[in-house]
Amino acid sequence: MAVLDHKLWRDLLHLRGQMMAIVLVMACGVATFVMSLSTLDALERTRSSYYAAYRFADVFATLRRAPEHVGRRIAALPGVRAVETRIRLAATLEVKGYTDPVRGQILSYPEEGRPVLNDLYLREGRLLEPGRVDEVLLIDGFADAHGLGPADTLVAVIHGRRQVLRVVGIVLSPEFVYQAAPGALFPDFERFGTLWMGRRGLAAAGGLEGAFNEVTLALYAGSRPEDVIDRLDRILAPYGGLGAYPREDQTSHFYLSQEMEQLGLMATMLPAIFLGVAAFLLNVVLNRLISTQREQIAILKAFGYDNLRVGWHYVKMVLVVAAIGVAAGTAMGTWFGQGLSAMYQAFYRFPYLDYVLPVRVVALALLVTGGAAVLGTLHAVRSAVRLPPAEAMRPEPPRIYRESLVERLGLKRWMDQPSRMVVRNLERRPVKALLSILGMAFACSIVIMGRFFSGAFEYMVDVQYGLAQREDLVVTFAEPASRAALHELAGLPGVRYVQPFRSVPVRLRHGHRTYRTALQGVAAEGDLQRLLDLDLRPVALPPEGLVLTEHLGRILGVRPGDCLMVEVLEGARPTRSVCVAGLVQQYIGLGAYVEIGALNRLLREGDVLSGAFLEVDPAYERGLYRDLQHRPRVAGVEIQRRAIEDLYDTMGEQILVFAFFITFFAGAIAFGVVYNSARIALSERGRELASLRVLGFRRGEVAFILLGELAVLTLVSLPVGFALGWGLCRLLVLRFQMDIMRIPMVVQPDLFALAAAVVIGSAVLSGLLVRRRLHRLDLVSVLKTRE
Amino acid sequence: MVSDRDRTRAPGPVFRARGLTKIYPMGEVQVQALRGIDLDLYEGELVVLLGASGSGKSTLLNILGGLDTATEGAVWYREQDLTRATDRELTEYRREHVGFVFQFYNLIPSLTACENVAVVTEIARDPMAPEEALALVGLHERVDHFPAQLSGGEQQRVAIARAIAKRPAVLLCDEPTGALDSATGIVVLEALSRVNRELGTTTALITHNAGIADLADRVVRLSDGRIVEVYENRQKKPASALSW
Ligand SMILES: Nc1ncnc2c1ncn2[C@@H]1O[C@H](COP(=O)(O)OP(=O)(O)O)[C@@H](O)[C@H]1O
Ligand SMILES: [Mg+2]
Repeated sequence: MAVLDHKLWRDLLHLRGQMMAIVLVMACGVATFVMSLSTLDALERTRSSYYAAYRFADVFATLRRAPEHVGRRIAALPGVRAVETRIRLAATLEVKGYTDPVRGQILSYPEEGRPVLNDLYLREGRLLEPGRVDEVLLIDGFADAHGLGPADTLVAVIHGRRQVLRVVGIVLSPEFVYQAAPGALFPDFERFGTLWMGRRGLAAAGGLEGAFNEVTLALYAGSRPEDVIDRLDRILAPYGGLGAYPREDQTSHFYLSQEMEQLGLMATMLPAIFLGVAAFLLNVVLNRLISTQREQIAILKAFGYDNLRVGWHYVKMVLVVAAIGVAAGTAMGTWFGQGLSAMYQAFYRFPYLDYVLPVRVVALALLVTGGAAVLGTLHAVRSAVRLPPAEAMRPEPPRIYRESLVERLGLKRWMDQPSRMVVRNLERRPVKALLSILGMAFACSIVIMGRFFSGAFEYMVDVQYGLAQREDLVVTFAEPASRAALHELAGLPGVRYVQPFRSVPVRLRHGHRTYRTALQGVAAEGDLQRLLDLDLRPVALPPEGLVLTEHLGRILGVRPGDCLMVEVLEGARPTRSVCVAGLVQQYIGLGAYVEIGALNRLLREGDVLSGAFLEVDPAYERGLYRDLQHRPRVAGVEIQRRAIEDLYDTMGEQILVFAFFITFFAGAIAFGVVYNSARIALSERGRELASLRVLGFRRGEVAFILLGELAVLTLVSLPVGFALGWGLCRLLVLRFQMDIMRIPMVVQPDLFALAAAVVIGSAVLSGLLVRRRLHRLDLVSVLKTRE
Repeated sequence: MVSDRDRTRAPGPVFRARGLTKIYPMGEVQVQALRGIDLDLYEGELVVLLGASGSGKSTLLNILGGLDTATEGAVWYREQDLTRATDRELTEYRREHVGFVFQFYNLIPSLTACENVAVVTEIARDPMAPEEALALVGLHERVDHFPAQLSGGEQQRVAIARAIAKRPAVLLCDEPTGALDSATGIVVLEALSRVNRELGTTTALITHNAGIADLADRVVRLSDGRIVEVYENRQKKPASALSW
């Protein structure tokens, strides 16, 4: 066996160029696999240990105000293991040297001991000391964004009262791994912050002494959250309960889960493509190797080697390549994985991230890669051992050709001999040609898919903020206000246009399906906040009836004309049956809309509004913002433009890094496919090409015959790749129909151009490498030997 | 059937080789394939190169045909110094003036007989029609067959047709009958001598088979890289009268 092993290494060395191209493709597959799985593993392990150690709650509920003893009734509910009542107040924050609006929320911290649930991880400083009302703990993302630490101060405006607060500690919370403001898609660490303050002090600031407005629950393992939520809702209803929800719906947890799901998808889809292509390449290369080693195999068998040994020899060769691929890919994947985890930590704030390369992942990579490689080359190995020695010892019979279809269709007259050689060679091995095309098409589609997200994301933001939410400022009142407030806003300097809105939390119920959202009452003829039909054309709101985001309609299983129950979760909490008047397109959020007058009638309230959308003169924007901020009846002001800019700031780096890698990976696939095809064509047809050179063909003319074939394959692969890419994007879009956003199916045309450029570029590169070899063809020696 | 181009050519040798030496470096040792060859080939003659295997025949022919270059010495094709030619110039030289026939035919498997000829006529300046070239070698009935569908002798005749279709000034044949039985070989040699006769193509033919020498105008015998004998063949026989 030892001698055969020498042969193995020499054969591998001889084929090193091609093998390296295959290893590259394999390594990319393994790298994405290892990167995604190891990062996923790190996130999962970190999350569960963090949740467990810091007692992350199972059920959450917000209410208006309930006396403390209600908490004891909740604790007595079956299935409830622990209860923590607390206070949460909205605030406006002021940080020294920072002029933009900062929203904040302040949570109560127990006067004695640590929180029963949702405990805090102390990163710096100390925890609160009883009785010190001006001390706060600050969440890490916000603290880092502003460079705040223990001993710094900031100002909070709570219910219109300014309070100077002293930061004593920087903390992280399992509740706020993802630190996005309520209603926002992405964290904005500068403009939204969470604070913890002693319970007594916060209660005084909010007028909630001896009461609470939020409660979190831990359940016993095995108890059904739905049952607890039902009972909890009944207890809290008289106290202005806004509907309890399980951990799955908790914002931070929800986003984190979505992200992990996405990672899981990446861990399967991309490696599958890469390993499939690598298996195909191995098959092609090994097939060629075996056909040149027919006689050697025959001699081995004549000497008494059995099929198993001969077969094992080639399988071993494939396994060596797979092992190198896995080793390189694992190294690459670990490196990427650490980078990705670090990137995640900037986004998802864990106190620590437990990144180790799990043995299980490497073993799996080895298994999957080795399996794909062996499976891909099984055919070649089988054909090697099946030949009886006597037959194998004879040279391969001449290849049979025939006129190609293209020629039979009548194009023959226009084709010179080299072109005929090109098309006939392609047609003689249609499966191989097809697989080469498919390989390159996958490369093409990966570029499209990889870049699709950023383009679609931009489009989504353009539609949302360019067509639908066109306001400059959003003003929200602390309490529903009368029409007079609207006139007051309209009269402010710089305000060009105002549009009122009314917003109430509701639970929509259709049969057994329910969904919690905010029901928005907007003006039918509004010019700022507009509804878009399914073709993105602005539509007027009907005077009566409900308009739902199309995806919400799907969730609830309703179509225009169907009626559903609207349970208002605020005030008198009426429940009414309302019919669906239409569906609208909305990529971000799941809104439900009704004409503002109709909503007020439904609520049996007068002509009131929760706030207004403003279009303002840019020159006045800042002044207006500051002025409004300080009005006592104003709960919050948002600058829309800021939201968009932040979105891009936070997403920018991630998208760039991802796009770079994906383009590189796709290039590797295209290069691997074209280079291997070219090398094999060269080895199969070197003799023929040398003969042509002898006959006086110039180098370029000979190169045309070899590379022309590859050029045809490359060009044919492009439209296939476009279609495939479109399909993959479609798959992603369907896969990511999330509540928070739905990626629209728009593939920017320049993506196709980019994908084509990557594929063509890689093809040209491998063409150039092969052309160098073509130039060194030994004319004389080729003529001396019989094929 | 002699073309205008050939008729107006100046008399004098087509090839002039002086002191040709070829050394193949083979690692430590050097193989001296040619050891000072002086040889002239004249317009329209059919020269047979005889010699044992390894005597340097192919090396000489390859240098004459611009497939290889000499280590020392010089070779001229008419006024062109082949020893000084670049790779590009040698390609053009082969393309314009030389027809090759090899022992192993070297046909393009994906092209039919006719197309294998056309592959050359398409890039030639004043070619004959491929069908005409195939008729010259007696293959007018098999023009649309692929190499895999032809016998060895037929394949070799396609190779000859391909070599002569561009009306080359010289035809260089390296053991064209080497892979054929004698009956088939005679058909191939008939085709070659017919081309030499009717087109006046200067022809050099390698063989290690002395019987074939009777076909020649002149016979050159090589041994161990040297010319050991040159003689004119007084009783030139037709191919059909040969035997070996
Ligand atoms: N590419 C080569 N490398 C090394 N030696 C060679 C090469 N080609 C030919 N030879 C040697 O040169 C000598 C002459 O070869 P060749 O011209 O092919 O002989 P012939 O055609 O008369 O049989 C032989 O000894 C042969 O081994
Ligand atoms: Mg020879």
